[in-house]
Amino acid sequence: MEGIEKVLMQSDEIERTLRRMAHQIVEYNRGVEELCLVGIQQGGVAIAQRLAEYIKRTEGRDVPVGSLDIAFYRDDITKRPQPPKVRKTDIPFDIEDKVVVLVDDVLYTGRSIRAAMDALMDMGRPARIQLAVLVDRGHRELPIRADFVGREIPTSRLEHIEVSIGDKPSHDRVVLKTGR
Amino acid sequence: MRHLLGIRDLKREEIEEILETAEGFADVLKRDIKKVPTLRGKTVVNLFFEPSTRTRTSFELAAKRLSADVINFSVPTSAVVKGESLIDTAMTIQALGADFVVVRHSCSGVPHLLSRHLRASVINAGDGINEHPTQALLDAFTIKRHKGGFKGLKVAIVGDILHSRVAKSNIRCLKTLGAEVRLVGPPTLVPEGFREEGVEVYWDMDEGLRGVDVIMMLRIQLERQDRGFFPSKNEYFRLWGLTPERLSLAARDAIVMHPGPMNRGIEIDTDVADSERSVILEQVTNGIATRMAVLYTLAVNP
Repeated sequence: MEGIEKVLMQSDEIERTLRRMAHQIVEYNRGVEELCLVGIQQGGVAIAQRLAEYIKRTEGRDVPVGSLDIAFYRDDITKRPQPPKVRKTDIPFDIEDKVVVLVDDVLYTGRSIRAAMDALMDMGRPARIQLAVLVDRGHRELPIRADFVGREIPTSRLEHIEVSIGDKPSHDRVVLKTGR
Repeated sequence: MRHLLGIRDLKREEIEEILETAEGFADVLKRDIKKVPTLRGKTVVNLFFEPSTRTRTSFELAAKRLSADVINFSVPTSAVVKGESLIDTAMTIQALGADFVVVRHSCSGVPHLLSRHLRASVINAGDGINEHPTQALLDAFTIKRHKGGFKGLKVAIVGDILHSRVAKSNIRCLKTLGAEVRLVGPPTLVPEGFREEGVEVYWDMDEGLRGVDVIMMLRIQLERQDRGFFPSKNEYFRLWGLTPERLSLAARDAIVMHPGPMNRGIEIDTDVADSERSVILEQVTNGIATRMAVLYTLAVNP
């Protein structure tokens, strides 16, 4: 039997949420000086680009955007049913002494964020690392919290949250899936 | 994939996946901190029954860049000289707690034999005249970086194909990826039977090199020289040596490869070896990223 699907966020709501987060990031950091965004592969990359776009509209300045793959830093590579696919890490700027905003689609156990922070530290010494996520679904296994949260959605561990953010904003969705 | 015994066992997607993963590691190797924690707590044993510096060092560095512990077990210092059997040696290594065993042996099939007795993942680092899969993978990685892809690419493999495990693995790897492969050399070292592998055979060097995109030179194994496969080193160089004149017959942007160690003035002219068309040292560098990708792939596919 197919599981149940429920749309939690539609494209217009996602857009409003991301705009608000972009404002918060700029406000919290008092501008965009020294700021850069790094999206975690795969879900965080498109969101980071979208945030940079909204920041540019309000501030009139480009914020550097990079992508980070964390496969080599995971603590569970041998335990996963599907081996993690290695995707591109592309951070074409120096993160030394910068404020790096890590961006991901869903914050869950916090283990991906731990891996992402370790990966960043091996590339330089940022002045600060902050975390922006579109959805916080709870169930943390590590003492990690996000600085900028799109929406908190309490979930059961049996549920699954799927975020699709792509080239066509009108197709953006956040979907909750139950069962299999 | 639990072991890497030969390219023969790999599907095209598996080869492509390893090459893609190697790109990720090549990026890591360009950083200031050239190390990732991926294989922390794992142990890699290099078990070499044949002398080798470059392959062993490359595996050693690959394992260390992945944060694994590495032990080098080589014949002159081991119990093998005291008469221990191959399987006993392997079982001893397993008892030490090895997760990966990288093996080289002068007999074909040794890695396959060990893979049936060990819980650890076995990686073939060269067995007799059979295969040397990681060399073929690093060669493919190097070609991909220069040429973008393999479809319709013309590759000439030149020299002692008969005794070369590098050639055997490369033929399979390049054919699987969609390249056109030519074997070039004297009939004693490039027998006609290779045509069954779906490759072209050229006994004339100039003809064989015409229009190719990649020239892969093989080392002439001087230790086999007395068996009459060719008359003399000088004659070999005259007929089969890669000279600047011969290189000019290939495509204008053709690259020159060699698995090393080279015999300058026997299979390759020293000017060609040092020319800007030569990617021989790049192959060495790419070997580390490729072997990291192999270790990673075996670790995540238990």
